[in-house]
Amino acid sequence: MSEAVLKYIPSGDSAFIIKAGDEISEEINATVRKLLTRLEKEKISGVTDFIPSYNELMVCYDPSVLDYNQLLEIFRSCAADLSTMELPEADVIHVPVLYGGEYGPDLHYVAELNGLTEDEVIRIHSSVACLVYMLGFTPGFCYLGGMDTRIATPRRETPRLKIPAGSVGIAGDQTGIYPLESPGGWQLIGRTPLRLFSPDKKPEFLFKAGDYIRFSPVEMDEYNHILEKASAGSYQVKRTPKE
Amino acid sequence: MASVIIKTAGLLTTVQDTGRYGYQRYGMPVSGAMDTFSCELANLLVGNDPGDACLEATVTGPEMIFTGETTVAVTGADMGPQINGMSIPLNTAVGVKQGDRLGFTGLKSGCRSYIAFAGGINVPPVMGSRSTYLRAGIGGYQGRALIEGDQLPLGEASTIPGKELPPGEARSLIPGEEMPLGETREKARIRQLLSIPEGLIPGYRHEQTIRVIPGPEAHYFEIEGLRSFLSTEYRVTAQSDRMGYRLSGETIMHREGKAGIISAGISAGTVQVPGDGQPIVLMADRQTSGGYARIANVISVDMTLLAQMKPGDTIRFRETTLDHARQLYIDRHRQITGALCNQLMP
Repeated sequence: MSEAVLKYIPSGDSAFIIKAGDEISEEINATVRKLLTRLEKEKISGVTDFIPSYNELMVCYDPSVLDYNQLLEIFRSCAADLSTMELPEADVIHVPVLYGGEYGPDLHYVAELNGLTEDEVIRIHSSVACLVYMLGFTPGFCYLGGMDTRIATPRRETPRLKIPAGSVGIAGDQTGIYPLESPGGWQLIGRTPLRLFSPDKKPEFLFKAGDYIRFSPVEMDEYNHILEKASAGSYQVKRTPKE
Repeated sequence: MASVIIKTAGLLTTVQDTGRYGYQRYGMPVSGAMDTFSCELANLLVGNDPGDACLEATVTGPEMIFTGETTVAVTGADMGPQINGMSIPLNTAVGVKQGDRLGFTGLKSGCRSYIAFAGGINVPPVMGSRSTYLRAGIGGYQGRALIEGDQLPLGEASTIPGKELPPGEARSLIPGEEMPLGETREKARIRQLLSIPEGLIPGYRHEQTIRVIPGPEAHYFEIEGLRSFLSTEYRVTAQSDRMGYRLSGETIMHREGKAGIISAGISAGTVQVPGDGQPIVLMADRQTSGGYARIANVISVDMTLLAQMKPGDTIRFRETTLDHARQLYIDRHRQITGALCNQLMP
């Protein structure tokens, strides 16, 4: 990845955007993550936070310590290193899901709309590893790529007022997990017993950008067993290297 | 160690510091004081680190009792602060004793007051910050707004800052307010310590000019859209909160099909314009990313003005440059530290 494709754009006087492209692609997203890794290594005094997204890295800074031109210089010199940089091997995180029933009240609808059986929807949904492009919207919410379009389903016309944490849903050709109880319009097909966000534990978040998520169907007994262990903090999440 | 007992909570009173940084990549909002400048000021006045935890009171102030001796300072909105029924000046550190009662008579200007105590509010930090993030129920005091009966532990105070101001000087800090006769004993009891000269505090008005720097998608808008944004008035609507200010006014026209963007980061003061052409300014509890075109960003020094505006108030946006914005920020920082240092000198 050459420096030429990166665009540097100020976002007010205390944040700066490095734009790696104009579309959603794994390659552009990998550039964003490389930039993040490289800039973090630089330990730039006055930088307060980073917000990586699909195609941008936002760098937040304290304007009393740093100015735009200083930052631009640092970014340019770091960007020169990207072409030779390798990202660490990605993890596939296996996310157990109890599909259907009261935990996935819209599974039937998703199946019917797409001319599939409920089992086929489950099989398709749990057969691919989805890239976590970014997190946002609410703490711990992952924007996932790679869902099979055979199970794509529009949002519900009337959003639900209360969706339990861990609910797994579909909206258009996206799938996702609600990290916190919240209102929402996604079609709910199941629920995971895992906690995506535990503010009192380290690490606080189960996922980070660059991970892959693979859903794996479980039955009620196993769901309850994992839920118990996850609540006690003793559940070991299954991770495998991405092949 | 002294603590503070809440007798009445006010409309929305939360524990806030200067924000929870380092977790935005996980979708965790920064939170913290809406008006970080006033929060920092309140802390500096009582000898704290600028990033210590204080109270943010909204529109109506709380009432509280101190269980021991400490120093308190109120900054930001003027809600008519009083100790034991006697007015105290804003932007001034005041010594209080066990049993003293801090209350507020009612909002005179601004929207949010900051109340700092020497030693800071010693609630356990969550992910590096004591800020309350109400939507996820974390940080601050049990992750929620304060209610009657809450008891806030205070941290260990640094040595009481500054010399005491002579009573005459102290009186002049309350503009237009005379100390009632025969209250010399009371007056002596309220020790005024450091204060910030009035000229350094911005005036909170119902109409403000807010300066902005063009945003990453400024070119997604029609020229007439940009003209509307920069030359007409926008009103703060009732759908405004700690997350963002929704404004209403002349429609800001996007270029064809340019309202949405690929979800990307937003910073404090980012102005988004969704398809309906009505701008939203993102504030302390903003989500970390958004999918609407980012027309501009409010400059850091003007965030303090914006955070003190209420529904019904009006804004005119004016464009400025990055260099100017930074200079204003640095100048303000110097003036404040200068003013405090002068008072600390023997």
